Amino acid sequence: MTKGRLNIHVQGWLLALPAVVLLAAFTHIPAIKTVIDSFFSTPHGARPSRFIGLTHYHSLVADPIFWRALTNNLLYALITVPLAIAFALLMALWVNGKISGRAGLRLAFFTPTILPMVAAANIWLFFYTQDYGLLNKIGRTLGFASVNWLGDPATALPSLMAVTIWKEAGFFMIFYLAALQQVPPDLYEAARMENASRWQVFRRITWPMVMPTTLFVGINALINAFRVVDQVIAMTGGGPDNATTLLLFYIYQVAFSFWDLGYAAALSAVLLTALAAVALAQFFLLDRKIHYR
Amino acid sequence: MKVLARIATATAVALALGVSVASATEITFYYPIAVGGPITKIVDGYVDAFQKKHPEITVKPVYTGSYQDSIVKAMTAAKAGNPPDMAVLLSTDMFTLIDNEIIEPVDTIANSDADKTWLKSFYPAFMENSQAQGHTWGIPFQRSTIVQYWNKDAFKAAGLDPEKAPATWEEMVSFGKKLIKKDASGNVTQWGVEIPSSGFPYWLFQALTTQNGAILANQDGTKVAYNDPKVVEAAQFFADLSMKDEVMPKGIIDWGTTPKDFFEGKTAVMWTTTGNLTNVKANAKFAFGVAPMPKKVRGGSPTGGGNIYIFKTKDKAKQAAAIEFARFLTTPELAADWGIATGYVATRPDAWETPAMKKYASEFPPAIVARDQLKEAVAELSTHDNQRVTKALNDALQAILTGGKPAKAALDQAQAEATRILGPFQN
Repeated sequence: MTKGRLNIHVQGWLLALPAVVLLAAFTHIPAIKTVIDSFFSTPHGARPSRFIGLTHYHSLVADPIFWRALTNNLLYALITVPLAIAFALLMALWVNGKISGRAGLRLAFFTPTILPMVAAANIWLFFYTQDYGLLNKIGRTLGFASVNWLGDPATALPSLMAVTIWKEAGFFMIFYLAALQQVPPDLYEAARMENASRWQVFRRITWPMVMPTTLFVGINALINAFRVVDQVIAMTGGGPDNATTLLLFYIYQVAFSFWDLGYAAALSAVLLTALAAVALAQFFLLDRKIHYR
Repeated sequence: MKVLARIATATAVALALGVSVASATEITFYYPIAVGGPITKIVDGYVDAFQKKHPEITVKPVYTGSYQDSIVKAMTAAKAGNPPDMAVLLSTDMFTLIDNEIIEPVDTIANSDADKTWLKSFYPAFMENSQAQGHTWGIPFQRSTIVQYWNKDAFKAAGLDPEKAPATWEEMVSFGKKLIKKDASGNVTQWGVEIPSSGFPYWLFQALTTQNGAILANQDGTKVAYNDPKVVEAAQFFADLSMKDEVMPKGIIDWGTTPKDFFEGKTAVMWTTTGNLTNVKANAKFAFGVAPMPKKVRGGSPTGGGNIYIFKTKDKAKQAAAIEFARFLTTPELAADWGIATGYVATRPDAWETPAMKKYASEFPPAIVARDQLKEAVAELSTHDNQRVTKALNDALQAILTGGKPAKAALDQAQAEATRILGPFQN
């Protein structure tokens, strides 16, 4: 009896082992190592790294580019996440209805997701080019002046946000589409008998029923917003004057342009903490208010 | 019997090959690509030619992406204890490579009399970014300067002499104003000039500061002069081109699309690297010219581009092989060939005396402009902790060009930041 139970435990652990090893080797150990490294100075040639306590964190607080990157990133999350979700839901509602050419429309909405980010960024780079880029050509025929989308601090960050929204909305649409098909049709039938308006149907049935999906998509979008780096490198290089510098891009720059690995570790630790907090808050606080069948 | 004989021969061949492979010194060579053209093919050709001449050495060329990708790869490989034996990296990365103690001074490994002559055979302007602390660390390979490209057809249409590029700052503005073309609704369709300001604006800006008589950094790479009044004046001029004189597009001008702007006729003059020469020659659908930089108190441009570095290793045979390959790559014949294939400036005067280069220069005179400008060229801005120190200047310039900060205030701030970063290197 005891032997049998032990066997089950051993079996269980053995089954989990590959996943545990992979997660530990590529996620948990590097994360812990990063936090430890953030308390040490960067080794330089013959000068080995030594323990310097919170020094990196003090310079981080005094670093204006860090604060700029953090503010940019918060803005990025605050604007791209709700918009991507809203567009995803709108598109899903549309292509969930009985319309002709539905398959083609679904495919069209999903296409941006299939493109690699750098390829997408290069396409958008062409849209944004001043004077002969697509956006400015359209604008000009409508009588607007040329805009230097990526070369003006006021429009550079919103321009990058548009790429993210465009790319993510199609992906999230797929999840909403699946969720919408799970909503029991009798709920809608009941609503029709009660003569409910379309808004009431959405507000009282659809929205609550897809709430678990919204939570899932929301977490993913939020985490993605802090993982943006490809389009920054491909489109602006963080400029003009750090207007499009996001946290991960700044970490990359500090680590691989400045070779200040200790400071980069401290920045990473901050990002790690922020992301962990977001995920925990969403799982524990929002979970209770969500309708599960 | 026959089969047995075959096996025996095969084994013998394999053994012979095995032995020769084992005795050959294998070196790894990292190189970036920063200009258009079939660069990997050309490099592979050089490697083949070298190995024919030196069967005892095997060169493994590794294409490592952009300059930035390449230094990341070389540094991480070195930190992991597996550095390349040689690499082409930015000449301005010199201090970073020295401070991390991963490169070997060339003059300590190549110290025969012939080697001394070899290291003296390059243009002195290129050696400025190769020497520090009394040693030579980099061998000039793919080097460039900034030149002006101008659209002769556009000049003619604007009533300007098509054979005369702007030669002074005043002419940049006065020619520019004549070159401006607007459509019915008042939008500019052709600009007077474009000086790119994305990514590494400091480099193009350094041409302006040089022309205004300022030097941005000392030779030791420990001090910068970002807020020198002459530098502030140059920055003001740079900003005025778009904001006051309105001959240049407002905001940040992308480095990568500037040649396209030139081909599309969006700008009549562009500043870019001489390394783009072959690209412009292939793509400009109009008569174009190449001119040296305009003058203020003097002419001049910073040099740019990449040097060959030899990495530290315990294996002296590998280092000797790497030096041998570097010598081969910088012979007058190869320097000339590389220059013709890419547009980079052939790095030594005698390369310009080779028959191939003479023929090319007589058929395509713009190729000589960058070389002749070397007389007035200065070292590219390079300091300890280089990328961080130049970022301070880049940020300041972008703030000035986008109207975020006045020139003096932005450069004062950049100077303070650079001084703080360079503090530990002062003694």
